[in-house]
Amino acid sequence: MNDVKETIRQFILSAHLPGESPDNLRDDTPLQTSGILDSLATLGLIQFVQQQFHIELDVYDTSVERFDRIQDIAASVVRKRVVGGHPS
Amino acid sequence: MIARHLADYLEASAARCPDRIAVVDSQGSITYSELNRQADALAAFLAARGVTRGDRVGVVLPKSIPAVVALFGIMKAGAAYVPVDYTAPAERGRRILTDCQISALVVDGRCLGVIPEQDGTSTTLGAVVVVSAVSDATAIASRTISFDAALESRDRLTLLERNSADLAYMLYTSGSTGMPKGVMLTHENALSFVEWCSSVFEPTENDRFSSHAPFHFDLSVLDIYVPIKHGATVFLISEELGKNPKDLARFIASNRLTVWYSTPSILMLLLQFANLDAREVPDLRLVLFAGEVFPVKHLREVQRRWPSPEYYNLYGPTETNVCTFAKIPSRIPDDRDVPYPIGFACSHCASLVLDDDGQEVRAGEEGLLYISGPSVFGGYWNRPAENTAAFIDRSGVRWYNTGDLVRWDAAQGFIYAGRKDRMVKRRGYRIELGEIERALYLHPRLREVAVVSVPDADSGVRIVAFLSCREGAPPSIIELKTFCAGKLPVYMSPDRFIFEQRLPRTSTDKVDYQALKGALLPPAVV
Repeated sequence: MNDVKETIRQFILSAHLPGESPDNLRDDTPLQTSGILDSLATLGLIQFVQQQFHIELDVYDTSVERFDRIQDIAASVVRKRVVGGHPS
Repeated sequence: MIARHLADYLEASAARCPDRIAVVDSQGSITYSELNRQADALAAFLAARGVTRGDRVGVVLPKSIPAVVALFGIMKAGAAYVPVDYTAPAERGRRILTDCQISALVVDGRCLGVIPEQDGTSTTLGAVVVVSAVSDATAIASRTISFDAALESRDRLTLLERNSADLAYMLYTSGSTGMPKGVMLTHENALSFVEWCSSVFEPTENDRFSSHAPFHFDLSVLDIYVPIKHGATVFLISEELGKNPKDLARFIASNRLTVWYSTPSILMLLLQFANLDAREVPDLRLVLFAGEVFPVKHLREVQRRWPSPEYYNLYGPTETNVCTFAKIPSRIPDDRDVPYPIGFACSHCASLVLDDDGQEVRAGEEGLLYISGPSVFGGYWNRPAENTAAFIDRSGVRWYNTGDLVRWDAAQGFIYAGRKDRMVKRRGYRIELGEIERALYLHPRLREVAVVSVPDADSGVRIVAFLSCREGAPPSIIELKTFCAGKLPVYMSPDRFIFEQRLPRTSTDKVDYQALKGALLPPAVV
């Protein structure tokens, strides 16, 4: 779980928050509702998560409520991996 | 019939093909006769509450059938509609609606923060029509009524004289001083453009048009009025659907759209995140794009996936709507890497290329593109200085200075060559860098702000904010992003924030933008 969160955090920091201190991007920092990610950036993050963790995210997983915090995104990833037969 | 008013198109189609579907949204569809009836009912309601010829009425709604009813209802009442981005910060919408002194408002229940403060002098609202239920309707302005109740109010509409010189709508674009400016467009401005579209694209009532652009974006003028004139069907693409390329590709296929119109950004998004398949779009006959340069490698790829439609590059600022166009060859050569030109002036427009001294430049030389003709706007709302600067007079003809640099080539027409000022385009949206600076200056801990743009291979342009701070810890980048999201539309938020001890100044103590831009460019290879 922690490595999943860390991978997502590093991606967001390098792609969308260059110069930001990693400590400021917490597990519960809102991403979309705060303006950190716009719709295009969110699509890029969805694509990154799918490719990185070899999972398919559906409309439910990528709704604003479930895709707004690193902790929630990581939880979806872990759940999908279990369902898909690749427990982390 | 010669239309003198945009509502004439709807009325003629409602008489000719009353039972055809005019508009489809995510909730359902509406026929021509019903759309016309609802627009009449809303017009009567607004007129009974004091809205009259020459007034402005705000529209702050998602893309939906009620929004289309609102546009026609407002125009039928003799007023001009002022569409405001319902997803942008309410404060920006409120400044716009205050600036143009709306006399009524049709607003989504979630966006009531845009309602101008009524101080009794500048803005007096005759009515606030709220679409979608609100839990606490009594807490807002007293003259509030639901959309459905407004349509059922049974007020009588007195037929107004229609003059094509009346304002039809006002579209606000980014302003360099920080305040968005209202581009005033008359019925004649819009009609001349719609008629040109008819002659070139030859729509029929069997066409199925996409409507991707929001109504505050001038692409929506083609999306709405061209199909309505021809009794065709408009498929509204909601903001939510527009953000989801996979669903959007399915939407285009399942609705068998025949005409697509959007910025290149949206087509690139479809290319990147959805599977575009020619077999799924057998009826697609036209792909129109406008608003920004389309990188050729991506355009070529779209054309490979969707080879049968004709492709057109449409060019024109909000002030003129489309004024030049270029047809893209049916097969883009593999070795072409320069973007396609913006092409030749539309038949209803005249063009002129002048240097800084107002002298015509020779073919092949760079100059500013000027446009005249019936689609050119009358001026900016309440901006006398900018109106003086926007136009020149040459032998009795009024020419609008687009601010765009072009070169003329006899074979290709006009070739776009950039701008000299601080306006940039991102995803088709005009952005004055000064508007971003003004928003950032509102942050209490920032001392100096300078925003620059640099070209970017992937996104077209990157917006970088250079900042220096007052005493104490500087704000975090997340804090600045969130701050911008509260002040600016999302497409204006800078991509990067860079802190400096102090910003470089020129000898006249102005921010040295060239030095800042230079710091961003990769070092030259020696």
